[in-house]
Amino acid sequence: MLRASAPGLERKVPDMDKPTDRGGPPADDADGLSAGPVENAEPRRGIARLLRATLARGRLLCAAIARIRLPYAVRRMLGMIPTLAFISIIIFVVIQLPPGDIVTSTLDRLQASGVEVSEEQVQNLRAQYNLDKHPALQYLHWIGGFVVGDMGYSYMFARPVNELIWERLGYTLLITISAMLFTWAVAVPLGIYSAVRQYSITDYTLTAIALVGLATPPFLLALVFLYVGFEVFGIPIGGLFSPEYREAPWSMERLGDLLTHLWIPMVVVGLGSTAVTMRILRANLLDELKKPYVVTARAKGVRPARLVLKYPFRIAINPFISTLGLQLPALVSGEAIVSIVLNLPTTGKMLLDALLAQDMYLAGSVVMLLAILILLGLLLSDLMLAWIDPRIRYE
Amino acid sequence: MTAPVLAIRDLAVEFKTDTGVTPALSGVSFDVPRGQVTAIVGESGSGKSVTANCVMRLVQPPGRITGGSIRFAPDAGDAFDVVKLADRDPRLYDLRGGHISMVFQEPMTALSPVHDIGGQVAEAILCHRDIGKEAARAEAAQMLERVGLDDMERRMGMYPFEFSGGMRQRVVIAMALVCHPEVLICDEPTTALDVTIQAEILTLIRSLQHELGNSVIFITHDLGVVAQIADHVVVMYQGRVLEIGTVRQVLKQPLHPYTRGLLQAIPGVVPPGERLATIASVVGDADIETPHPLVALADGRQVSLPPAQLRRVARS
Repeated sequence: MLRASAPGLERKVPDMDKPTDRGGPPADDADGLSAGPVENAEPRRGIARLLRATLARGRLLCAAIARIRLPYAVRRMLGMIPTLAFISIIIFVVIQLPPGDIVTSTLDRLQASGVEVSEEQVQNLRAQYNLDKHPALQYLHWIGGFVVGDMGYSYMFARPVNELIWERLGYTLLITISAMLFTWAVAVPLGIYSAVRQYSITDYTLTAIALVGLATPPFLLALVFLYVGFEVFGIPIGGLFSPEYREAPWSMERLGDLLTHLWIPMVVVGLGSTAVTMRILRANLLDELKKPYVVTARAKGVRPARLVLKYPFRIAINPFISTLGLQLPALVSGEAIVSIVLNLPTTGKMLLDALLAQDMYLAGSVVMLLAILILLGLLLSDLMLAWIDPRIRYE
Repeated sequence: MTAPVLAIRDLAVEFKTDTGVTPALSGVSFDVPRGQVTAIVGESGSGKSVTANCVMRLVQPPGRITGGSIRFAPDAGDAFDVVKLADRDPRLYDLRGGHISMVFQEPMTALSPVHDIGGQVAEAILCHRDIGKEAARAEAAQMLERVGLDDMERRMGMYPFEFSGGMRQRVVIAMALVCHPEVLICDEPTTALDVTIQAEILTLIRSLQHELGNSVIFITHDLGVVAQIADHVVVMYQGRVLEIGTVRQVLKQPLHPYTRGLLQAIPGVVPPGERLATIASVVGDADIETPHPLVALADGRQVSLPPAQLRRVARS
């Protein structure tokens, strides 16, 4: 559904603008479906015809792509393009939805500090920010730049978005990926242990800890860490760097300093999903441990440790691999809240501020990059799943 | 006559459940003669499979072996009691798949869905012998050809979901026989297969047994199958052994009323159109619930009967 309609939507926007842009009949756009000149007097019908034509062509294009025997991964990547186009439209619309824009929020701030702004200045501001243009043009301006790697200009920070994003996105990824690794490193052994020694004291203890971990909101945990760190150990643990390294250039010492600070957000962000992963792995494994093929392997003389890892674990792990890409958004949004509490230089806090200030280029680009990351994550988990489970075919 | 390969004595198994302890086996004793096929017959829940699992020490909690002994006498080396082996005893892992191996009821689920056939069969070799992976795969391919699969080049790398039920059961049999075990336990190997495949698999098991000279414990509830394949028969009911004898003795002249009941209940024994006999109608008021000790008779068979009936049987 999504795939079939997305290319049409992607192309709808540019085409819809053409008649108003040029004010003439779009003769070169006419094909079999929209034959005949489109009169200026009835732009509505013209647009409808164009829309139909573009949709039809989009469908033809999709069919053509599907016929080409490309490697699965490449086909999937091509399939991501319409999805991303669709997502970009939604992002743009959603960010535009609240009343007002960057100018009104700037005006609010100025007026709050007692500065009077004339109507002319407001108009100038709007012109400067392209806000007097049609929304579709604004969208095109943003996405056109995005595609060629220029994410525009942040009015809030008065700096190019590219500059703002890259370092912060790096930290976001660092925290998210390390939280994920933490989750797996802790949850997998504990989950296996709890399943193999079901109803033992250790199993019950781990279950209790997991439930507490699950029930604790990450930001609360972050606050507890902050408090304990400061009161008991006398160290301020907010941020990703000690003050002396905050603005320093990269060096081994700075990296070491980063690592000593990284573990707290890593644990805080990862704890919830660690608890979930552990419990689900335990349940999956308990199901698999009773399956006949495990008994077969035991009857073959396979030793216990190898038995669990080679057979039931291989199958119990499947759902995790297939949701690897879906874990990413949860971790990213968890990271945003924690970053605000712990004062980390990641995209989370910046995204929130940008959204509040309706800084379209910044907010839109951050969300768009996260969407790309998530789609790539899903692709990666699909490829991994197909690689480890022979029952899954690419066709 | 050589010593039996397995001598089971007074084997007892209990299952601990929320509602109390259920005895699954009590006082089960029988021998498995070397190089022959011993069938264990009985209805569902009679303890056939539990007995087989005990031999390989595969009984899992909440089940537990609570008493008795299973003396295993390998072709080479000293005999030992399987029940007394510690959980981590290397002899236990040699035994499983090496000396004794098992063919399971459900070929659909008995193989790992995510490992290729060749690897799964070769693993049995790698568990027991110190040879390379390639050599093990080559031997696995040979054994798979022996159980009737062809095109091994291609098939070795295929997965269970690409095989039919009968082919999977052949794979399971190859996996069980690949280390040339002394005892092959078949736990209702044909129950999940359709009739024509059943016959093929039975013929296969029988012919491989002739070739390899191993002993077989064949578990089934199908007396027709017993007649086809077995040399000896052990009749079980509610975790006890009721009757032991050669296939001819037990099927031609059953001594125990329960065995007679089983035989009467085979479709085809009564003329078509008539109701099949139920166990209860044949057994009548004979008491088969009370346990009695197994007594050996002059002709080598054993039976568990109340003293009065036993005297009558012994005289005839």
